Amino acid sequence: MNPFLAAALFIILAPVVGVLITGLDRILTARMQGRVGPPVLQPWYDIRKLFQKKQVAVWGAQSFFIFCYLIFIIFTGALFFAGGDILLVIFAFTLGHVFLVLGAYVSYSPYAHIGAERELIQLMAVEPMIIIVAIGLYQVNDSFLVGDMINHPGLPILLLPGVFLGFIYILTFKLRKSPFDLATSHHAHQELVKGSTTEFSGFTLGMIELAHIYELVVMLGFIWLFFGNNLFLSAVAIVVIMVLEILVDNCTSRVRWQDAITSAWFVTLVAGAGNIFALSIM
Amino acid sequence: MSYLQKSPWIIHYDASSCNGCDIEVLACLTPLYDVERFGILNTGNPKHADIFVITGGVNEINREVVKNIYEQMPHPKVVVAVGICACSGGVFKECYNISGGVATVIPVDVYVPGCAARPESIIDGIVQALKILEQKRIALKTTVEGTA
Amino acid sequence: MELLIFLILFPLLIAGLLAVIQAEHVRRAVVISGAVLVGIASLVALAFSVTSQAVFYSVPVNNIGILVFIGDILISGYIIFVSLKARQYVVTGITVIQLILLCAVEYLALTNHAHIPELFSDQLSGIMSAIIGVIGGLICVYALGYMREYHAEHPDRPDTRPRFFGIMFLFLSAMFGIIFSNNLLWLFFFWEITTLCSYLLIRYPNTDEAIKNAFRALLFNLIGGACIPIAFLVILLTGESELIGLHELVSAGPGLALIPAGLIAVAGLAKSAQFPFSSWLVGAMVAPTPVSALLHSSTMVKAGVYIIARFAPVFEGELIGILIALIGGITFLAASAIAISQSNAKKVLAYSTIANLGLIVACCGVGTAEGLWAAILLIIFHAIAKSLLFLSVGTVEHQIHSRNIEDMSGLVTKMPRITMMILIGIAGMFLAPFGMLISKWASLHAFVESVPPFGILLVIIIAYGSGITAFFWAKWMGKLIAVGEPQQKDESHIPGSEKSILYILSALTIVVCFGFPVISWYLIEPWLLTMYQSVTELISLSNIEIMFMMLFLVLIMPFSLARFTRSATRVPRYLCGIPESETMVFTGSCGIKREIELSNYYLDTIFCEKRISRISVGIGIFLIVLILNIIIVGGGL
Ligand code: SF4
Repeated sequence: MNPFLAAALFIILAPVVGVLITGLDRILTARMQGRVGPPVLQPWYDIRKLFQKKQVAVWGAQSFFIFCYLIFIIFTGALFFAGGDILLVIFAFTLGHVFLVLGAYVSYSPYAHIGAERELIQLMAVEPMIIIVAIGLYQVNDSFLVGDMINHPGLPILLLPGVFLGFIYILTFKLRKSPFDLATSHHAHQELVKGSTTEFSGFTLGMIELAHIYELVVMLGFIWLFFGNNLFLSAVAIVVIMVLEILVDNCTSRVRWQDAITSAWFVTLVAGAGNIFALSIM
Repeated sequence: MSYLQKSPWIIHYDASSCNGCDIEVLACLTPLYDVERFGILNTGNPKHADIFVITGGVNEINREVVKNIYEQMPHPKVVVAVGICACSGGVFKECYNISGGVATVIPVDVYVPGCAARPESIIDGIVQALKILEQKRIALKTTVEGTA
Repeated sequence: MELLIFLILFPLLIAGLLAVIQAEHVRRAVVISGAVLVGIASLVALAFSVTSQAVFYSVPVNNIGILVFIGDILISGYIIFVSLKARQYVVTGITVIQLILLCAVEYLALTNHAHIPELFSDQLSGIMSAIIGVIGGLICVYALGYMREYHAEHPDRPDTRPRFFGIMFLFLSAMFGIIFSNNLLWLFFFWEITTLCSYLLIRYPNTDEAIKNAFRALLFNLIGGACIPIAFLVILLTGESELIGLHELVSAGPGLALIPAGLIAVAGLAKSAQFPFSSWLVGAMVAPTPVSALLHSSTMVKAGVYIIARFAPVFEGELIGILIALIGGITFLAASAIAISQSNAKKVLAYSTIANLGLIVACCGVGTAEGLWAAILLIIFHAIAKSLLFLSVGTVEHQIHSRNIEDMSGLVTKMPRITMMILIGIAGMFLAPFGMLISKWASLHAFVESVPPFGILLVIIIAYGSGITAFFWAKWMGKLIAVGEPQQKDESHIPGSEKSILYILSALTIVVCFGFPVISWYLIEPWLLTMYQSVTELISLSNIEIMFMMLFLVLIMPFSLARFTRSATRVPRYLCGIPESETMVFTGSCGIKREIELSNYYLDTIFCEKRISRISVGIGIFLIVLILNIIIVGGGL
């Protein structure tokens, strides 16, 4: 597919797909708790509502940083689906997150501040694994281009089981699901109020929600890469993994940041690094 | 119907209630009533919230807190006073430290009476509040456009 | 190429002048004109290197070799003298050993001397000379204003500024000497001058701590430096005396060159403060900030990586190269981790310098064309961004009288311009698409291909390191922009010279980010082509386009700021409903007024400085000993 077309399609379709997935996620969560749950399009309603509200902020600069965050997450996704260099995708992704963190720092609010610090800890916890994913995929495909990876005729996952496992582990951080929803969470009543998003409201908060949805699609896109050009299997995998994540989200409680980072690094080392090391010896 | 009505996020504050009404507010979130069906979420943060659900008669100490939370909510916003204490002070009305109802501190849009207020009536109150929320949004829009 | 002679001798002349000039305004004029001339000359050298092949130049003076030898003896003599006086007998001992070795070398070199050109210049020398000339010059000019304030602030410390500026320029001269030397004996001579200068500059404050740290720097650099004469002995004893020329040695290939190259690389590791030698660089932070900037960003430490980069083609695929790369990788990881636990801005900068040098060493150690490409880009970007950071932190330090990052909270309202420049510097250090990230990207590309499975080991190290770097830089950025209570804007006390230098450096940072493909096409790739004969396309055009897009996005963003600031209504921060009476004060329980105080995470239970440095010094020593063992065994075979 033409890369520009793919990027444009991502920008338009990702919110649709992301909203549907998030909506189903909320329904499934509700069902697991014995409730009925909201309509499927609820995340979409939430975002539209936020865009309608007036804004309040501690400092105006907050929304600026969040705007950058959104732009860079969209940019990252567009780059990914246009088939660009996966390392660049990862670095742009990090850049986007740094903007989110900076936006949280600006307010000098205690809750947002701790949220920002924890957001950084999460970033630090997942970064090694994501880079290792890129390297593992390179070893299998002999190319850093996402465009080449999706045309892989076989199943890269057969060579990268450890990397895949490690990626699933850190996916919990990225999807902001319990037990690793350190910085901010979908659930109310917690020690940090709303953590890094505490001081955002209205339009700015809407941008964050939208960015999260784009992010979700990109992260699920990574799962796709493990299945090469086998679209059916990757779709199945995405569904299974999402259900698994939701299950874990509902039956665990949040861990301390120390445990989060050490366990993430440990899994990265044992599963991810071990796997790519073994591949390079072979 | 505007999106505002489809996704009302609430903040719940206990302004010196006896906790009876608070239990009922939380009961609304349980599987039996499940207000998330209407997109209602309890955010616990005024800056994210649209509806201020408040219980209890407001005492001298948390007067300022109630005001502060109200001020930190972005427009358009509505206040739902839950329980007879929040409506008028209820049995505590004559207490030395009770100001006698939320309306003495901030403007209230919907009163949900009852001691304790039943979850059904609380949900009903919030649904009433949604209409007011929508009116406020339209009013806000026209004033902004009028001034601009 | 008289230009090379000019670049070495002219700073020397300025140094001599400055040492005798006492009047401040004359010194000022001399420093500025000297710096400008040196900068221009170095740029001319850069321009020449673009168009031409490597140029060799024999100095038309008879017996100049003897003069260099006498210079070596004088330096050693001075070091022996000061170390005896300060009862630093270890330093004395090593200097004596070095001297004996050197005498042996000279004896051999004089009996069968081959004639090789003493100086040469190619694209790498051109790049290095531009870095030294331009950034070094800027730092010297910056030092004018800084040192005046420094002495106003510390009236108790002896004011020997004429000597100070003299040494600064002597240092520049020696650095030019290092990068233009073809004869390794010359290179060693200039190498020793930089060691000596760094000792003198670090002990400038003349406090007990400064003297102690200065001797530590001296000791470690001498230990490393002692490996160089051994390398000469190896070269001369194997009989090929023309291999004493750098260019000749590198083109001789790994068979002959590997052992000397390995030994010289150990000296390079010490100079560029890799574990286990790293502690001298951290200790050197007691010196005035321009010294730190000069030593740690653009010159001294770059000499170490320069020499390793020179020998990189020799290391390709060799075990010694891999071990050097591992030392670099471990240094990168450990130093970054330690930086998390530091709140002193200069120490953060010091550790991040060590870390970045580690990355450069790792790139050179693997020795592939891609690795070297990444290493050179890293050298360039690091030199500019780090000197910008050092100098702006120095400026902030004089304004707020603290080096602590916690005290820089909300600096953006007090000194918006300076903060902007620190932010540019930090962004340059770790954010996509600024320079360092391009290099990190390139080094990942390079490692994944090279010498399996060690390349992958390095990749894993970088993967962890890059998350860690993001953490400590981002929290610093956050501290700068976290505004509790807007402070009175106050930038008027900053000397004009300091400010303009910072402007130039920030502009340079951005220009180099935009210009890196040009640098790559016209300088680095031609050089790599001469070294490796064939060079594959290093960075594809579409990726450059994407990086530009990102850079452009980052740069235009500040302009959209205005729109957002207008639309939001200001409300106080959320404190669980407790009202803020003023901006930073809230009423706590029982009506007690409390102030909001926020501080960053330092995670020192996980990233404890002592423990990490102990472990990594251990690993470093192990690897160094391993390298030396291989060299001994390899030499015996
Ligand atoms: S209305 Fe009744 S149940 Fe509710 S707070 Fe007042 S006393 Fe308690």
